[in-house]
Amino acid sequence: MFLSDPLLFAFSLIVSGLILFLQIYYVIILTDLESDYLNAQECCSKLNVWVKPKLGIHLFLTFLLLIHGHWILSLINLPIAAWMLYDIIKTPCGNMGVYDPTEIHSRGQLKRHLRDCMIFIGYYMIFFFGYLYCMIVSLLEGDPINRDDEGLMEF
Amino acid sequence: MSQSNMMNQNNMPNGMPPHMNGIDSSHSSRDSSPTVRYPYMTQGPMAPHRPIPANQLPPTSKTINQLSQNYSNLQINNQLTPRTSPKMFSTSTPNEQVKDNQSQPAIDRNKSQQSQGGVLSPIGFNHSATSHFSNVALNGNSVSNLGQTSQRFNVPSNFGGTQLPHQNSLPSNAVAPPPRPPLQQTLSQPRLMAYNNGPVPTSTSSPQHAVPQNHMTQRPLMNQPNRMPNFNLQPSVPVQSPATRMPTQMRMPNSMQQYPNMHQQQHHQQQQQRYPTPQQYTNQLQASDQLPNVTSNSVHQNSTPAQDIPIRANLHSNRYPTQPQYNQSHQQQQYTQQTIPLQQQQQQKLQQNFYQQSSQNVVQSGFNKLWGVENFDLLQTPNILPKTKVEVPRITLGNELLDHANCKPDIFRCTMTKIPENNSLLQKSRLPLGVLIHPFKDLNHLPVIQCNTIVRCRSCRTYINPYVYFIDSKKWKCNLCYRINELPEEFQYDPVTKTYGDPSRRPEVKTSTIEYIAPSEYMLRPPQAAIYLFLLDISRAAIESGYLHTVCSVLQSELNNLPGDTRTQVGFIAYDTALHFFSFADGLSQPHEMTVLDIDDVFLPCPDNLLVNLQDCMELVTDLLAQLPNRYNNSFETGSALGAALQASYKMMASTGGRVTVFQATLPTIGPGALISREDPSQRAGSDVQHLNPANDFYKRLALECSGQQIAVDIFFANSQYVDIATISGICKFSGGCMYHFPLFKASRQSQNESFEKCLRRYLTRKIGFEAVMRIRCSRGLTIHTFHGNFFVRSTDLLSLPNINPDAGFGMQVSIEESLSDVKSICFQAALLYTSSKGERRIRVHTMCLPVVNNLTEIINSADQQCIIGLLSKMAVDRSVQSNLSDAREAFINVAIDILTSYKASQNMGATSGLMVPNCLRLLPLYISALLKSIAFRSGVSTRLDDRVKAMCDMKTSPLPNLIQQIYPDLYPVHNLHDQNVIENEDKELVPMPPILQLSARNIDSNGAYLMDMGTHMVIIVCSAVSSMFLNHVLGVSDYNSISDEMYELPSLDNEHNQRLHLLINYLNDEKPMNATLQIMRDSSPNRNMFFEKLLEDRIETALSYHEFLQHLKTQVK
Repeated sequence: MFLSDPLLFAFSLIVSGLILFLQIYYVIILTDLESDYLNAQECCSKLNVWVKPKLGIHLFLTFLLLIHGHWILSLINLPIAAWMLYDIIKTPCGNMGVYDPTEIHSRGQLKRHLRDCMIFIGYYMIFFFGYLYCMIVSLLEGDPINRDDEGLMEF
Repeated sequence: MSQSNMMNQNNMPNGMPPHMNGIDSSHSSRDSSPTVRYPYMTQGPMAPHRPIPANQLPPTSKTINQLSQNYSNLQINNQLTPRTSPKMFSTSTPNEQVKDNQSQPAIDRNKSQQSQGGVLSPIGFNHSATSHFSNVALNGNSVSNLGQTSQRFNVPSNFGGTQLPHQNSLPSNAVAPPPRPPLQQTLSQPRLMAYNNGPVPTSTSSPQHAVPQNHMTQRPLMNQPNRMPNFNLQPSVPVQSPATRMPTQMRMPNSMQQYPNMHQQQHHQQQQQRYPTPQQYTNQLQASDQLPNVTSNSVHQNSTPAQDIPIRANLHSNRYPTQPQYNQSHQQQQYTQQTIPLQQQQQQKLQQNFYQQSSQNVVQSGFNKLWGVENFDLLQTPNILPKTKVEVPRITLGNELLDHANCKPDIFRCTMTKIPENNSLLQKSRLPLGVLIHPFKDLNHLPVIQCNTIVRCRSCRTYINPYVYFIDSKKWKCNLCYRINELPEEFQYDPVTKTYGDPSRRPEVKTSTIEYIAPSEYMLRPPQAAIYLFLLDISRAAIESGYLHTVCSVLQSELNNLPGDTRTQVGFIAYDTALHFFSFADGLSQPHEMTVLDIDDVFLPCPDNLLVNLQDCMELVTDLLAQLPNRYNNSFETGSALGAALQASYKMMASTGGRVTVFQATLPTIGPGALISREDPSQRAGSDVQHLNPANDFYKRLALECSGQQIAVDIFFANSQYVDIATISGICKFSGGCMYHFPLFKASRQSQNESFEKCLRRYLTRKIGFEAVMRIRCSRGLTIHTFHGNFFVRSTDLLSLPNINPDAGFGMQVSIEESLSDVKSICFQAALLYTSSKGERRIRVHTMCLPVVNNLTEIINSADQQCIIGLLSKMAVDRSVQSNLSDAREAFINVAIDILTSYKASQNMGATSGLMVPNCLRLLPLYISALLKSIAFRSGVSTRLDDRVKAMCDMKTSPLPNLIQQIYPDLYPVHNLHDQNVIENEDKELVPMPPILQLSARNIDSNGAYLMDMGTHMVIIVCSAVSSMFLNHVLGVSDYNSISDEMYELPSLDNEHNQRLHLLINYLNDEKPMNATLQIMRDSSPNRNMFFEKLLEDRIETALSYHEFLQHLKTQVK
């Protein structure tokens, strides 16, 4: 609607790449915590900052895909957005965010967070290449090299 | 890393003598509605049978399955038990008789009660003991004790493929018969019998086990045809209603056991089919490759039991023989005497057979009892509580020196005294694994060591302890990570004998609770001084409660006793809608008050003189304390700016750290951290309890900031209305503080004021450790995954505790990550680094060592029921906060069901009529049913939200003995102290020690007087028909009616009856951090509910009685 398909996918590619990097940052911080290089408070304050921006940018991307008519893509994006939203909503009001320094060490929460991060990474990895593919396809669709014309000329 | 963490804290000598002051709050008054129950109304019609509301019922199996999946926190998975019974509890009681009784008209009931000898009975059910008694009589047995029946059932059932006593008595060094595939079942049973009973004297090691198996399998076959038919005539005694009045002496000597009745016979018939013939059996044995070949019987007959013992010991890889060998041989001898004639005279008379068998059973159960592994049928044993304090199971490492060195159970305790070898074994036992620790407990004898280098493992930083291995005199192997470390020269020197050489004489290696004076590596900054800041709520509600008078007068009298040295500082802030600071600047003749009205952006009115050296300003401080109580009498501010006051105190103390003591009387409604009242009084009795969670994260955030600056916040709630403890408690929970609660506090109420004063006195004068950290290490293969208590977990195993006090307990849940099969024992070590009030950095180290076993039966028999309850209650608090209360309640019940089921499975009991528990877990259902009625977890009874939340906080932080006493108070009869046993106290005085009674109205006699010890509070209830001797001599009153409703102390009279009671009360108080408050009341007093609502075994409108609870468990245990 507003953007041509190749531009849209290029944008998606960049966004999912960014989120991918963010997730890798999460994993690094969490493993730091696990191996005691970081204390729980620092760790959680670093992580909590990015929880909402991540959700926001993801929702924005989903919305963008939707209004450009790529409803299948945006549908595939929804569950993960729902998951992030659920994580935020179910956080008890007494906690300091999705990552709470007082609880992160108990009941295997750290492991659960790490697992979640890995799932996100896998997911965004797939999407990253998916968008890349979509971008290439949409670039080729317009037949930018004008092979047909060339062919006509030759034959 | 660990070192850098440790350095954050330092500490000093705990220089204070172990004061007996201090603590713990407030169970005191609860208003909860007394509509509830007067356990002994003998007259007056009672609704015969009121159905229990659905939400009060324990879960049906359906929910249970879902639930116990959720329950993974509790370390209990659902793998073992398919539970299918969908019946609701109230209808599924197997015992029709109980129901009949309940629907009997009340009058009949009363009659039957009276006919049973004057003792009052619980409300819930009725006693139709007479019919049971007649049953027994018909049996032709002279036993008049119904309690016997339990044993009667169990014993014979051995032979019926329900082999419980056998396996029970398995010597611990026998190779585990761990869970076996079903095919091998039959095989394992006889084998087990052989282990216990085995006459088995052989000189060669291998055949000995097989031989007795032959006997065992033959015996039942021989007996079978002989059974006298007329034993069948008696119907077996049905499961007894608990109401059935039991004579008080429940457990009779085994020799009085009855002979087998019909039950037994049925088992025999079954057994005939199940057991292979001896020949088959032998073959199986060989095939199974579990045991050596069978040899001829003659071997067996010739050998002597004595020869057998050492061989047996070798045969099995015994890690830690728990049961003394001599028992075994003794038992074997006895058994041999019985079996040999049996074999020789195949044609025996029936009576003889009976004697043989029964006496053998007697022997078995006798020895089971000796080893502490006998089991009980709960349904048949209503008086399950021991008459004295419940004994703590001992840890046996197979070496007396090491056993002796182990940490005292009141400091360090594990839920089992033997650790399962791997996680699957732990899951099978269904027991929760965890430790409870009371690290800063006041101790009388604590070795303190000052040395240049503290010997620690280089890789895991474990402190040297009695359980390390000395490879030679220069090297030691760490018992946690197994690294080999050098031993410093200095360690060779023995300070006691002043000689060099043997490192094992060092105190570090002799005792597992020890304190080091830490050298300077353990300090990040100079040890901090003792700094105390007091925040006083002066809003209208606070002034009306009058607490200020008490606080100021106690503080004034204890100012000189505050732990500290010459650097001790104090400060005060009063707050209502504004903050009032008090400056004690030099040259002032009286304290200067500065009021800050801007509470949204708090600042300090002056940079110093707010916290001042106590000794320098003693006069000014005393002056302030004298003025304060009446200074704000005319203020009518209703708001309370607690958040702002806390922020101000954070600013005042951030550079130093210290302790903030808050006295809060009303809900903070203004400024940062303002709260609104969330409690709906009409929902207090509802089953769905909301608002157990904090309303915002203000207090938690602030607590973490405080924790970072080594500030701890303690709160005294003296509220008359809802104060939202759930939210405010965050400030204590995460800063390592503590909380006291005095609901509906009015200083004019003498008893309340007294307990407030006692608490405060203990609080002010008890020992304190500043800028503390605690680290818990455990052997490789174990992981601590969840912590309970008040602290902040700074990194995986490091608890940050800005303050540590002697009344703080902690719990940890442990999981087994790797198999422990290659080690014989594992260790936990807790190291607490703190700065004492004298400015000395100290490290207190506790080490506990536990053996590892691989046998399910042994594991279950090593359970520590009180510790399990302690841990479960902590887990349940977490669960109620994260999920909801009913989940937590269901989880409790599931734990009981799971444990009992796994015990049954491990004993391979099949379908037995009763509810079997091992000796070590026999109180578990009792405690769980009490927990379900405790303030924290009850539902359906009107409970203020604050009281509930406070009770939950207590569960998380109380040391175990206090917790158990809160859950299940001790009840003593005190009207006949002259008839009771005596014990010696520390001063060698003889103290009468009455038996502990179960908390049921059936134990309350109308001509008695009873003392209930609830930990911080004791109640003596005087019943109406008590002897005038008791009234006159003990209480010093002329008659029953002249006991006032406000009697809060026992007069000291010059007669021995009175002194006996004093001795008893003092003795009970000796074990407590501070003396309990005492209240004496008539059983018609308006306060009696305080006593009667603690009769936890009786049914109340909204909750099941203990017996009903057992019946429910029975339907669920498969």
